[in-house]
Amino acid sequence: MTTELAVSLWRGAEQGRYETYRVPQRSSQTVLDVVTFVQRHIDPTLSYRFACRVGVCGSCAMTVNGKPRWTCRTHVAKVAGNGKLEIGPLENLPVIKDLTTDMQPFFEKWQQAKGVFAPTQTRHDAIAQIKPDTPARKAADAAIECINCGVCYAACDTVRWNGDYLGPAALTRAWTLVNDERDGGNIARLQAIAGAGGCHACHSHQSCHELCPQALNPTAAIAGLKRRTAAAYLKGEIKI
Amino acid sequence: MIKRALKHRDSALWIAAMVHRVSGLALAIFLPLHFLTLGLAIEGEARLERFLRWSDQPLVKAGEIALVFLFTVHLLGGLRILVIENFEWRDGQKQLATLAAALSALVAFAFLVRVF
Amino acid sequence: MNVRLYVWQRATAAVMAPLVMLHIAVIFYATRHDMSAADILGRTRGSIAWAAFYGLFVLAVSIHASIGVRNVLSEWTPLNERRVDACAVFFGLVLVVLGLRAVAAVVLP
Repeated sequence: MTTELAVSLWRGAEQGRYETYRVPQRSSQTVLDVVTFVQRHIDPTLSYRFACRVGVCGSCAMTVNGKPRWTCRTHVAKVAGNGKLEIGPLENLPVIKDLTTDMQPFFEKWQQAKGVFAPTQTRHDAIAQIKPDTPARKAADAAIECINCGVCYAACDTVRWNGDYLGPAALTRAWTLVNDERDGGNIARLQAIAGAGGCHACHSHQSCHELCPQALNPTAAIAGLKRRTAAAYLKGEIKI
Repeated sequence: MIKRALKHRDSALWIAAMVHRVSGLALAIFLPLHFLTLGLAIEGEARLERFLRWSDQPLVKAGEIALVFLFTVHLLGGLRILVIENFEWRDGQKQLATLAAALSALVAFAFLVRVF
Repeated sequence: MNVRLYVWQRATAAVMAPLVMLHIAVIFYATRHDMSAADILGRTRGSIAWAAFYGLFVLAVSIHASIGVRNVLSEWTPLNERRVDACAVFFGLVLVVLGLRAVAAVVLP
């Protein structure tokens, strides 16, 4: 085990360069620990984003040695076998400064995909009884653990190639609502994801599935949406 | 702009999608030529025969072997996509993609044995 | 790719899957017997079955390939949507015309 890590960090905005820092290696060290060490002990002007440090909030995702990762739960020992780390901002999003990206396009696409629950009842109605073992509820439950970290969005080459593509996270959210029997917004939702940037743009590269820190499967969710949207289109429920 | 080769592109499934796209493109470029040469039969049997004899040379045969591979790999890759999109999710996609490539290589090899 | 193009592309793919398998079998058969132009045309000319088989194949592949090429142009070139659509429609028409001409060339008696 080397005692020091060579850590290259992206400095600057869209225009910038990688700068190398030497950081002491410790046991059970996470990538976020390394970034924090640089900010606290070497260069306090380094910008990066984190909050919970325990894999709940989804704010600390960065590109680590070429792959998007949640840095707070990524151990250095697992990704930097040779003592080298290259850490950059997430791909497919505008860089604000250093390791911080502007997540606005990512969240705007959640809105575009109608990722908001459309209630069919009011507070005066009785609480809906939901059976946990129906196929629809299981599909909704499978995708509900998303922490909005943006790893799938950064990993997706369809996002890179097609600026309108809503991306794996927003579509997975749409899939949970499509399967939520209490939701009443499905026609509008399927209409919203039937266009050029919708679910049918997905090429099933499955990088989202491979890299999702929560082990979700957006490709499977998007495949489900492709079927539902195509069926709605063939039945004339939605228009192009 | 930050330009780096993303490492997840070495994944078997990313490569499978790229093989599907590139094979499709290659077949799309080949198709008009294929149609034009078959259309030679309009000018009579002799004209088509001359082309078929011309196509006996090794370089053309090698091209045909490549086309058989691209055709088969696009078929099998496409079937895999249709299964993903139209049936319940099943794991083992990497194995299926590898199997599609291996089967296509086998078909192309069988064709090679026949033509040479 | 929107849902309309998706449905057309996947439907033509499903139609072509068995056609492609049969076509590969035909390729193998023709090369095994080292067929001449006379051998080929003797089997295809006047055959309604071959005309229907390859006619359907040409129509399906023209739709399928032009949508595929459209997706590639849209994702990999800086062309705007209108130009991409124009290229795809042109390519599809070229395939239909050349393809049906080729089928006619080998099946018309």
